[in-house]
Amino acid sequence: MSTAPFAIGADPPARRLAWRRFADVAFQVVALVVLLVALASLAALIWDIVADGAGRLSLDFITSFPSRRASQAGIWPALIGSVFIILVTAVLAVPVGVAAAIYLEEYGGRSLGARLIELNITNLAAVPSIIYGLLGLGLFVRMLGMGRSVLAGASTLALLVLPVVILSTREALRAVPGSLREGSYALGATKWQTIWHQVLPVAFPGILTGLILALSRAIGETAPLIIAGAVTFATFAPDSIWSPFTVLPIQIFNWVSRPQVDFHANAAAGILVLVLLLLSMNGVAIWLRDRHTKKGAA
Amino acid sequence: MSQGPAREPRRRGKRFEFIIEWALFLSALLSIGTTIGIIVVLTIETVAFLRQVPIVEFLTGTEWTPLFSVPHFGVLPLVAGTTLVSLIAMLVALPMGLLSAIYLSEYASDGVRRVLKPVLELLAGVPTVVYGYFALLFVTPLLQRFIPALSGFNALSPGIVMGIMILPLVSSLAEDAMRGVPRGLREGSYALGATKMQTSLRVVVPAAFSGITAAFILAVSRAVGETMIVAIAAGQQPRLTFDPTVPVETMTAYIVQISLGDTPQGTIEYRTIFAVGMLLFIGTFGLNLVSAWLRERFREEYA
Repeated sequence: MSTAPFAIGADPPARRLAWRRFADVAFQVVALVVLLVALASLAALIWDIVADGAGRLSLDFITSFPSRRASQAGIWPALIGSVFIILVTAVLAVPVGVAAAIYLEEYGGRSLGARLIELNITNLAAVPSIIYGLLGLGLFVRMLGMGRSVLAGASTLALLVLPVVILSTREALRAVPGSLREGSYALGATKWQTIWHQVLPVAFPGILTGLILALSRAIGETAPLIIAGAVTFATFAPDSIWSPFTVLPIQIFNWVSRPQVDFHANAAAGILVLVLLLLSMNGVAIWLRDRHTKKGAA
Repeated sequence: MSQGPAREPRRRGKRFEFIIEWALFLSALLSIGTTIGIIVVLTIETVAFLRQVPIVEFLTGTEWTPLFSVPHFGVLPLVAGTTLVSLIAMLVALPMGLLSAIYLSEYASDGVRRVLKPVLELLAGVPTVVYGYFALLFVTPLLQRFIPALSGFNALSPGIVMGIMILPLVSSLAEDAMRGVPRGLREGSYALGATKMQTSLRVVVPAAFSGITAAFILAVSRAVGETMIVAIAAGQQPRLTFDPTVPVETMTAYIVQISLGDTPQGTIEYRTIFAVGMLLFIGTFGLNLVSAWLRERFREEYA
């Protein structure tokens, strides 16, 4: 009677240990599978779009205007519109964003005002982009009378990317070692001289990379520009900041919303152009970063 | 005599420094201006809207037909659509994101993480209009093979795709939180004979709880505000339902629908988009604040 518990007890711990080892391995496998499922959906997405759109991609498709016939339609006005909008957005957002980041990182310190601005920027970065569209519609299109123009659209996007520009620029400034600033002060340089001649040149590649990544996010934005006045069927490319415009994502949205399969192929081909544009912007960012790091090291 | 020219540039330099600092400060202030701008624009139009539609009807009405000849302005169907799609997205993003985070933080070797993480983050960089295409023309037809009753526009497919889009956000924020847990806690657990799984689930995840919750809440906020996936793949029929197989309309999709039409400005139909936008802004802003507060708390715990 007294031996029985021992006999039974000798076995379960070993079995329990085996079970725990098994559970541990099983859990790891499940977690890895989940991760791979997520990556597989990315692969499915790419495969689906290439399969649908690669056949439509041609020089004609890029240089043609939209048309009621799917086989003759192209993306020229939307492509020019996207490039134009992003350039104007950069001109508006970059100087202000970099200046704001310099203030918060180099001047602001822990003052109440700086902390308030910081909290506000974190919050703005998480505001849905469609809300910026409503802001652009109310403020730029109507109150400031810009109408449905490139300038109104770019101003809207500039406010949208500003928090991202500020956050990434601060990151780059923070990476500059403090000893560099102290050395400059020791030689009698003022605060601004230190920032302009020492800090900014060192932080430049980092800032640039962040800027390009922020702008490449803006180039994929659709909703805020639909709200803030882009047209959905443009038969002309914009030629001034006061022109009406459309952008690539909106052209894709227009095509995907139509019932005909031929237009869906156009949408897929448009997506391929958009993704190539995004990849080349990201490629440039990486190339610039590498080039400057090498130069700095040499 | 020699002092004159030497002092002059210095004084000018001081004034220059002063001007620069103010110019930089004003740039930083613009971000506050953006927030104020959003609140002012939304408030002006919402107040004008509420002058014509009582707030009780707006918030509790069950019919949303602003473009009909007898219009009804009950926002609940749009809120239901948003809730349903976000819920589906969360059912995908939360478990998958958390498991991915546990794998990347606790199991993966440095080499594996260096490869997997950037690839996973590519998912977050895909433009949302591309996900809309994917949901409407790939995922919906695929699901229809298993659920024949599934309508061409529905809440299920955009919900799933949105979940995949949000997954990297959940995963990377949750991973950050878990990596913030001190090593000593893990080693203590191992010393007591716990396996990696037991340590992950019973020590690391509870210890990183506020950080993980912050990630979840931010993900909900992202789902609620997401626009193009639902505008393309969920349909444009506001209805008060939790059936994921029929067309619904979310708050964001409604704003897009009106913006695409030619509703003249100043009319009540036009003002609805600002009123709906106001609701959306209040909701997401609240979620963001809670998330930021939780993250701050987590940071203090392990400072």
